[in-house]
Amino acid sequence: MAGGMLIIGAGECGGRAALALRDLDYQGPVTLVGDEPHLPYERPPLSKDAMASDAPEIKAIASDAILAEKSIRHIHSVQAVAIDRAAHTVRLSDGSVLPYDKLLLATGSTPRKLPMPGLGAHCVYLRTFADALAIRAHLTPGNRIAIIGGGFIGLELAAAARKLGAAVTVIEAQPRILMRGVPAEIAEIIHDTHVAEGVDILCGDGIASIADDGRQVRTTLAGGREIVADLAIIGIGAVPVTGLAAEAGLTIDNGIAVDAELRSSDPDIFAAGDCCSFPLAVYGGRRVRLEAWRNAQEQGALAARNMLGAGEAHAAVPWFWSDQYGLSLQIAGLSDEGSSTVRRDLGDGAFILFHLAEDGRLVAASGIGPGNAVARDIRLAEMLIGKQAKPAPEALGSQDVKLKSLLAA
Amino acid sequence: MSDWVEACATGDIDEEDVMRFDHGGRTFAIYRSPDDEFFATDGLCTHEKVHLADGLVMDDIIECPKHNGRFNYKTGDARGAPVCVNLKTYPVKVDAGKVLIRIG
Ligand SMILES: Cc1cc2nc3c(=O)[nH]c(=O)nc-3n(C[C@H](O)[C@H](O)[C@H](O)COP(=O)(O)OP(=O)(O)OC[C@H]3O[C@@H](n4cnc5c(N)ncnc54)[C@H](O)[C@@H]3O)c2cc1C
Ligand code: FES
Repeated sequence: MAGGMLIIGAGECGGRAALALRDLDYQGPVTLVGDEPHLPYERPPLSKDAMASDAPEIKAIASDAILAEKSIRHIHSVQAVAIDRAAHTVRLSDGSVLPYDKLLLATGSTPRKLPMPGLGAHCVYLRTFADALAIRAHLTPGNRIAIIGGGFIGLELAAAARKLGAAVTVIEAQPRILMRGVPAEIAEIIHDTHVAEGVDILCGDGIASIADDGRQVRTTLAGGREIVADLAIIGIGAVPVTGLAAEAGLTIDNGIAVDAELRSSDPDIFAAGDCCSFPLAVYGGRRVRLEAWRNAQEQGALAARNMLGAGEAHAAVPWFWSDQYGLSLQIAGLSDEGSSTVRRDLGDGAFILFHLAEDGRLVAASGIGPGNAVARDIRLAEMLIGKQAKPAPEALGSQDVKLKSLLAA
Repeated sequence: MSDWVEACATGDIDEEDVMRFDHGGRTFAIYRSPDDEFFATDGLCTHEKVHLADGLVMDDIIECPKHNGRFNYKTGDARGAPVCVNLKTYPVKVDAGKVLIRIG
């Protein structure tokens, strides 16, 4: 047991896995390697209200003191560059070589690049705290911000930018914002809220060209419209970071392919979080890759258990949230598994759409409302989804029927 | 200082549920367990100061509505990511159908 547990990627997933190994009383060496200069930290605040403060701060998952107390060795600002599977070692960009008994790849995902010429220094992406600080400096009253892509990160940033008084235009090539994974009924509410807050949303028109002249960015749409901005933020999705795994010959399938126990095609190498694709038990083993914070936490903890030999299969239901202005959206499950929906109104404009499969199974629930209005019922829906329950549509739709009572059934 | 304060009537909270109670500029969460006992904790999650009373009570766990952080509301113990700081708890007694908490 000389090599111990080595974790590559000190993000949400890697950080949680390291802590979990110690919570499980593992006594051997635990080493966490990350290429960012920071402690492991939470990314969700980077696009939300925290961005609107004068001096955004890192929300660390564990302090230096906790890492020291738990004897977790955190090597930062260094990249893992090669895995030698036969020797059970990983080489780092500073030339050092680390041994492992079990290796966890928690390398996350990285923003999808806009495949276009003409991008320059005023065309940016958001993934890291450093990215967030650079963007924050541009979010000033009257500054013109173009957001390319009407997905969650772009829309959350639009809300933060409005709060700081910037002029915001969102450009989405699809016919509506949030095409992926969000029902139209809910996307419409988010759209209308942005418009009411003064955001200009342009949907259904692709980008013909972009020109960053070093001072401003001119975006020309296929339909001829031009948007001139002081900063363009590109948020068109993310791609898994798989280079290290691919070069080591591990199987890649929309992410590092792992089994239900998060083990890659090499039994001593695990992968978890945004970088992996895995079979989702609740949908009969459909292979998915999630980009979700709770999933990164849960898989980090599960990988830790399985690195120690627990042999436990992943069983969680996907869950995601987003905050924009005073609205919170929460989604449990994957709505594309459903073929019909039932709406439940919760008052104050809050509602949940339940997505049912043809055989009557509840497969997903999407809710939106002020504050945390939908939280409880989404959580109960998540448990029903996990049980593959087939609740009566009338019961789901009626406020008089408590969802908790369906769970007991 | 350590006065008993009336928070609500016993009938105001369902079994296995939670209610928010504000007093003296502070906010608390009052719980009724599945076996009909009452408990009280600080009202805000230790992760991002969200009102726990919007969360879900299952057995002796309160789950935060924002990111599903979990606490044992009887002891205040944080039960896993993303919460790591325990909740403060307060003594509770029931008197003539009223739920009283002692705010120290
Ligand atoms: C702005 C933003 C807002 C978000 N908001 C939400 C939200 O509201 N709700 C939600 O559910 N999810 C949200 N997410 C998604 C969530 O943050 C991710 O799902 C989560 O961070 C994934 O964790 P991870 O550890 O798998 O990857 P990451 O957090 O990306 O961590 C991976 C780390 O590994 C490092 N790394 C990669 N390769 C190497 C290497 N070879 N050597 C060393 N280090 C390496 C990376 O630099 C990174 O630090 C958001 C993400 C972003 C960027
Ligand atoms: S605010 Fe409670 S878990 Fe985050």
